[in-house]
Amino acid sequence: MADSLAPTDADGLADAVRWAVAGERPLEVVAGGSKRRLGRPVQSAASLALGAFDGIVDYEPSELVLTAQAATPLAAIEAAVESERQMLAFEPADYAPLLGAADAAATLGGALACNLSGPRRIKAGAARDHFLGVHAVSGRGERFKAGGRVVKNVTGYDVCKLLAGSYGTLAVMHEVTIKILPAPERTRTVLVYGLEPGDALQALGAALSSAHEVSGAAHMPAEVAARSAVSYVAGAGAAVSAVRIEGFPASVAARCEALRDLLGRFGAVEELHSRNSAALWREIRDVRAFAADGGPLWRLSVPPEAGAAAAAQVAGETRARALFDWGGGLVWLAVDGADDAGEAAVRAAAAAAGGHATLVRADAPTRAARAVFQPQATGVAALTARIKRAFDPAGVLNPGRMYAGV
Amino acid sequence: MPEPDAGVISQRQSLVAALHKLLPEDCVVDDERGLRAFECDGLSAYRALPMIVVLPRDTGEVSRVLSLCHQRGVKIVPRGAGTGLSGGALPLADGVTVGFGKLNRILEIDTANRCAVVQPGVANLAISTAVGPHGFYYAPDPSSQLACSIGGNVAENSGGVHCLKYGLTTNNLLGVEMVLMDGEVLRLGGKQFDAEGYDLLGVVTGSEGLLGVVTEVTVRILPKPATVRALLLGFPDNASAGACVGEIIAAGIIPAGLEMMDKPAIDAAESFCQAGYPMDVEAILICELDGPAVEVDELAALVGDLARKAGATTIRTSASDEERERFWLGRKSAFAAAGRMAPDYYVMDGTIPRARLPEILTRIGELSREYDLPVANVFHAGDGNLHPLIMYDASVPGALQRTEEMGAEILKLCVEVGGVLTGEHGVGIEKRDLMGAMFTEDDLKQQQRIKCAFDPDQLLNPGKVFPTLHRCAELGQMHVHRGETPFPDLPRF
Repeated sequence: MADSLAPTDADGLADAVRWAVAGERPLEVVAGGSKRRLGRPVQSAASLALGAFDGIVDYEPSELVLTAQAATPLAAIEAAVESERQMLAFEPADYAPLLGAADAAATLGGALACNLSGPRRIKAGAARDHFLGVHAVSGRGERFKAGGRVVKNVTGYDVCKLLAGSYGTLAVMHEVTIKILPAPERTRTVLVYGLEPGDALQALGAALSSAHEVSGAAHMPAEVAARSAVSYVAGAGAAVSAVRIEGFPASVAARCEALRDLLGRFGAVEELHSRNSAALWREIRDVRAFAADGGPLWRLSVPPEAGAAAAAQVAGETRARALFDWGGGLVWLAVDGADDAGEAAVRAAAAAAGGHATLVRADAPTRAARAVFQPQATGVAALTARIKRAFDPAGVLNPGRMYAGV
Repeated sequence: MPEPDAGVISQRQSLVAALHKLLPEDCVVDDERGLRAFECDGLSAYRALPMIVVLPRDTGEVSRVLSLCHQRGVKIVPRGAGTGLSGGALPLADGVTVGFGKLNRILEIDTANRCAVVQPGVANLAISTAVGPHGFYYAPDPSSQLACSIGGNVAENSGGVHCLKYGLTTNNLLGVEMVLMDGEVLRLGGKQFDAEGYDLLGVVTGSEGLLGVVTEVTVRILPKPATVRALLLGFPDNASAGACVGEIIAAGIIPAGLEMMDKPAIDAAESFCQAGYPMDVEAILICELDGPAVEVDELAALVGDLARKAGATTIRTSASDEERERFWLGRKSAFAAAGRMAPDYYVMDGTIPRARLPEILTRIGELSREYDLPVANVFHAGDGNLHPLIMYDASVPGALQRTEEMGAEILKLCVEVGGVLTGEHGVGIEKRDLMGAMFTEDDLKQQQRIKCAFDPDQLLNPGKVFPTLHRCAELGQMHVHRGETPFPDLPRF
């Protein structure tokens, strides 16, 4: 069995990476392990377990900033900020149920490393937009820091952006600082029933182009809506489109009314209050509709207007069920029965839409044989490889997790 | 700055001739009078005449110019509108300045995907003007927005008074087309929310023209808010104004803008433009709220209550857009007003944790007395971004140097209390030599390795941001003791 290294402090972490470099032993970097099945399988000689880097270091609610060790469970962070009526505005998804790792606790570092976000991406941004500072160990085994502990900072390159979404291939983060925002006092969701995806995205676009500060815009075709735990959605017997409004009570009431008027032109409307809203948007965030299937699951990031056509194009080639978020800019496609996990059809559809696709869930042989991440244009791929070498010249950190050779 | 390369300067005529083969006559500037217009940016205390200036008209021309310069080992300095405040566009005597004034078209307004595709020379405000009739605007609004270019905004990751609620440039970009120093053209991002792979767009934004040259920008546009109102709040001291900022945030309110001015800034602004600010206060806050009318009205009342509890002696809420604009007039004129108070002024740009504000203002007051240089403070209070304006007279020998020394002391103070050297103006040449106050040598070397991945010959805007230039070959070396087990104490299981 492969070694597991479990350093307990930052110097030990740097020692561990230097040990890996010296012996040419690639490391699989693991915090909570909830997303271990996300990405290409890593051929590692040892795992680098970060469990010791657990705990909130500093949280000053009035500064809207929180510093924590990277392997602090997201649940602990969320509990801390909720007790101050604040939130992680980027609403990081929990992929554990989706990836068959329900026992694993997603961590803050993992959410940042995978640049996770949720339905609020359209209004508040992704993890990258809230990632202010980092202490890390590079693949050279050197400790470094970047960014800071204030919201507004342009001192030096924005290295945090580069680490967000690098899947642990550039550096091992051990302490991170993120931006926190006040939690909304009230949440409402306006539902529209019975729309085809094309019309639904038109309706969501109208809401998103209005001044009503929509913080979630999703569409569930009938068979996806039927899987919801929220009765107003599951019991509709039809497709359900959902628009979320958050904020101060009077403002939410006024915007809700305006949106009911606006969306009523597209179909019958209904309204969800706080508890049902929270449950519905958590389901959408975590893609719970497709958690039980276990088959290949794709995530397409496309210009919002193109979402419906991209899904239809894939469905024309192979059996696929879709869930739309971000007003159509995010399309989840669960593909059945294709020999190639639907890769050819999905890549073609993503390209036609001007976006890209990631194979978020598939068995290990499929993830080893297929491109999990969107293949890059030649120049961007070469630059990506040079960035990798700039941080990890010996290729010891999660080698191959994103692309072969990176 | 790096010593100019005499060998490069000696090939100037042949380079001009080669550039003329790539570009029309009026796109190559090589006469002294023409070059003079490019000798500095907004940090006008530093000037240098560029060797040559080129003004390409499309991406192909940019690519060919960079490729030619790359082959000849000639340095490039990209320049947007030249409004930057940290010297990022300061020319090099042995370098070619590439200006983007001719790449000034709005290419596409895509309301269905809520974005706009523009060339880098388009002025920041021109984007909002163009998308305005469709009900949208571009949120980041640096105070120079009438003149500053979106390409420069990408290079500097510019902010503005509204970035508290809507983010900096980096949070409002979807994609760019850029040219690497060797002439290669890359596209990063697009019209979708996330780029695939590493967030190269994220690291290019704010890289101060050191990583690549942006030739096209796709920005997010937002629906215009239904209502905008502002409060003008006057306080008897800086501490109570600072406390009020904390109370507003603690109440769960993120205003669209939250600005503070201290007494010298109020006095300067008032004598400059008669904005009608209260003169019997030591500090004012301008709090702008936007959103649905019912929300703005509710929060305006709430902010007024919080201000009263914090000790405000003046509380005015704008009843019209004209009144709101008058509240802003003094704040927006603060730099010009400082220019009226003294022959010259120097703008600083540190960020601090908000709670440390009163303490920092006291320390800045002490430094002001010690250096005998008046200081007015304007402050993006909501996000802790401080702009002390140091007033001096450059015609007095040694005055600029003393001003810079005092400025450096202020920025070190920001770092000391947990803040950073620059919140939105960039490092450039201005804060380059202070980077060591915030970063270790290893921190800076790791950043420079990113530079090497984009520009291994370090020809793109060298001498900016980093205090020490290392050759990329040196930065890439790694000392490894193979075959040993140097860390026997590591817990393994």
